[in-house]
Amino acid sequence: MLKYLTGRNQQGPGHTRDNADTELPSPGRRGFIIGMAGAGLTLAFARSPLGLANPARAVADGAFEPTVWYQIQPDGRIIVNIAKAEMGQHIGTALARIVADELEADWDLVELHHVDSDPKWGYMVTGGSWSVWQSFTPLSRAGAAGRQVLIEEGAKKLGVPPDQCRARNSRVIGGGRSISYADLVSSGNISRSFTDEELKQMPIKPASERRIIGGQTRALDIPGKADGSTLYGLDASLEGMVYGRPIIPPTRYGSAIKSIDDSAAKEIPGYRQTITLEDPSGTVPGWGMVIADSFHAANLAVDRIKVDWSAGKTAGVDEQALLDRGRELIGTADQGVLVLDEGDVDGAFSNAADTLESEYITHGVLHFQLEPVNAVAREKDGRWEIHTGNQWQSLILPVLSKALGVPEDRIVMRTYMLGGGFGRRLNGDYAVPAALAAKALGRPVKMVLTREDDTLFDSIRSPSVQRVRMAFDDDGRITAMEHHATAGWPTQVMAPGFMAEGVNGKYDPFAIQGALHWYSMDGHRVRAIPNDLANDTFRPGWLRAVGSGWVNWALESAIDEAAHKAGEDPLEFRLQRLKAEGRNAGSAPNSVGGAARQANVLRRVREISGWGEEMPADTALGVATTYGQERNMPTWTACVARVRVDRESGRPTVEKLTLVTDAGTIVHPDGARAQVEGAALWGMSMALYEGTTFRDGNVVDNNLNTYTPLRMRDVPEIEMEFVDSTETAVGLGEPATTVVGPAIGNAIFAAVGVRMREIPIRPEAVLAELQKKADA
Amino acid sequence: MAIKFKINREPVTVDVPADTPLLWVIRDDIGFTGTKFGCGIGLCGACTVHVNGRATRACITPVSSVENTVVTTIEGLAENGHPLLETWVEAQTPQCGYCQPGQIMQAAAMLRDFPDPTDEQIDQVMSGNLCRCMAYIRIREAIRMAAGRLRAAAPQGNDEDREASHA
Repeated sequence: MLKYLTGRNQQGPGHTRDNADTELPSPGRRGFIIGMAGAGLTLAFARSPLGLANPARAVADGAFEPTVWYQIQPDGRIIVNIAKAEMGQHIGTALARIVADELEADWDLVELHHVDSDPKWGYMVTGGSWSVWQSFTPLSRAGAAGRQVLIEEGAKKLGVPPDQCRARNSRVIGGGRSISYADLVSSGNISRSFTDEELKQMPIKPASERRIIGGQTRALDIPGKADGSTLYGLDASLEGMVYGRPIIPPTRYGSAIKSIDDSAAKEIPGYRQTITLEDPSGTVPGWGMVIADSFHAANLAVDRIKVDWSAGKTAGVDEQALLDRGRELIGTADQGVLVLDEGDVDGAFSNAADTLESEYITHGVLHFQLEPVNAVAREKDGRWEIHTGNQWQSLILPVLSKALGVPEDRIVMRTYMLGGGFGRRLNGDYAVPAALAAKALGRPVKMVLTREDDTLFDSIRSPSVQRVRMAFDDDGRITAMEHHATAGWPTQVMAPGFMAEGVNGKYDPFAIQGALHWYSMDGHRVRAIPNDLANDTFRPGWLRAVGSGWVNWALESAIDEAAHKAGEDPLEFRLQRLKAEGRNAGSAPNSVGGAARQANVLRRVREISGWGEEMPADTALGVATTYGQERNMPTWTACVARVRVDRESGRPTVEKLTLVTDAGTIVHPDGARAQVEGAALWGMSMALYEGTTFRDGNVVDNNLNTYTPLRMRDVPEIEMEFVDSTETAVGLGEPATTVVGPAIGNAIFAAVGVRMREIPIRPEAVLAELQKKADA
Repeated sequence: MAIKFKINREPVTVDVPADTPLLWVIRDDIGFTGTKFGCGIGLCGACTVHVNGRATRACITPVSSVENTVVTTIEGLAENGHPLLETWVEAQTPQCGYCQPGQIMQAAAMLRDFPDPTDEQIDQVMSGNLCRCMAYIRIREAIRMAAGRLRAAAPQGNDEDREASHA
């Protein structure tokens, strides 16, 4: 994914990618330096070739590229710097494990340091399940270089040749004695460098020698999250700050404040004033900000303040208008971008013995990250500080620069833990109003959104409309598939530089990923279409699993429909088409094995889920599978859902989910399970319990009274398995999200014979379909 | 208006409007930030604290209503020591962690009422607490583990209410 994010080398997701290693910001090209800074030992990539000549000097001057680096303190503590956002994926722990394993470190001595934004960290973004995949090789080499130097140093101290020494548990062992890393660091004067070539030759341990990767070590961030000591953005506090709560306009864009009447708020103790935000960046047009001495006072004031707006043109937009616009766009042949056009699709359809065409709908999904968005902003000595949890600092810094009218290098984003990310905090728009308020007042402002504010300002997962057509030959074989998908395009709206190149134009890769399946068929055409009305009405967001989260609903439902049409077992039908031939053969290292690995997870889920067994009445199994998000970083996933449908109420009950995942090397098995558990339950929650709609230009659900994510009592039995693999480690946080919805829909069909094509699947809708079927 | 109560064993007097939600008093006036804000309408449980040992949603509790009570937050529970804090780490329960102090406070109160909770009881009580990361399986597991330890440690039928006892 780095391709889109770095803005270089932009290609469609259909292209294969090189080794993950060569996609990195190539720190290795300038070599690796190890030197003393103060009393500690710093291990880092050199910023220029000069650093290689004098590592000690480069370290002392801070002249190193700190994208990946760590320090060993004289007391033996190993501090790994983390430039990734922590939002529940224990990313710091995962990255530190990779370093620590090669370094042969004592895990109990490893600590994390989450860094603030700074150009020296390179491009700062956390998303797309890329973190481990991007970092594995450079972190391994960084750890191995440290180990090599410590062994050489230890060998000198122990009076034993280095080749007779080994490192284990933060000690160098040789000649029957050992010395700790702490002693080597506090007594030594270590200065070494490695050129790019040497670094590439750095022996990385074979998988069988790994002691921390793949082990059951605990996540370093967990104790503070249990005892309440971890600091989130909401916990930031600055001297002299006042509180701000926004007054959000009737439309996301185009509203302007005509007048504000705060006379009824003036008697509230602690109320100060209400300001109109002037925003040169256009991020929060028409916003007011109520300023008070406490958040409570700001809340009371908001209820009593009357604002007169001129509303933007989307004030009347409702759900039907958004879906109708989607249908209209799909029906217009020249709209959107062809992402893939393989084989003779038109020929296949004109020669088809039979065809199948279905429309699939998904409604909007709120991020509902439990910590409402917030930020504290202040200017101090000509520099701006934004204290907030954020996933994509490098995206919002230029916007803040424009909003505040100061160069980017005068703005720093202080890092906090995220009370949930799920993609909401990739879009850092919430930092802007806090900064503007602080600028207007000339003092620090802590802006907090209530839950209702947060939902109105959310960049939701867009509602979508998709049409899938399939052509069949005389034998019931699929000869071609057309997949048309339309929704709001987050990347087009927020980061247009990261659009991908399609067959006939640029498209949002995050609004179609998941469609480029590995099933063999003669013709395959995929068209992605931006829903302009959606883009105008709200700010479409990236949400866990992004495109695949809704695209796979259509794809895997359609494949199931084809299987039933052919009268074949839906799982076997899929296996028959996962042939790993031609473009579906895969390539080393990331997608090695290709469709054969997807077939493998499907076969395995068939074995462990009880597929084919007799089920009670109105109960059945449904299957769905995915390659994840990107063909060149595939996470092979298969899911079987066991669902019982209550014919009286139409309510589907998910009794069990069985998931098999092949994500290559599993760096942290327990963390991997946690990610898949969460992702699968997210998928189930979106399929059955969530979903919102638009009315009067805004989402109708603003809090838990009507928006009802899955709770503990709804959790089904979950059985999961990971394929034992030493292939490239790929992402885990999202793929399971994408299979659960279609597996449930397919199970409902298998149980009671009605095909649900709309997410969320509401009991009323199932009931209506059952009624229709009975009437037919 | 000056309102007195105890928080995590310490007596405090706060001078804030009587209708101020206890949540903001705890966080912004007293400075215990482990108690979180999620929905503001008492439906997510992130703000759960104990008032005289009972699980209470601090976001919808006016501070005036806790006058002369004992309020315990996650910081107080952690300081006193509670097996839930250990089992939460052992089960590697938290993901983003934001809801977890509220989950633990709710679970601690539940284990007083149901020292040997069935899965159904756990589900019923804990379904008032939203975990957006959906770490429910591990929350349940950590509660079961802690229940076992509490039963093993507690003398029969003499489970004194620690929080009420230092009121």
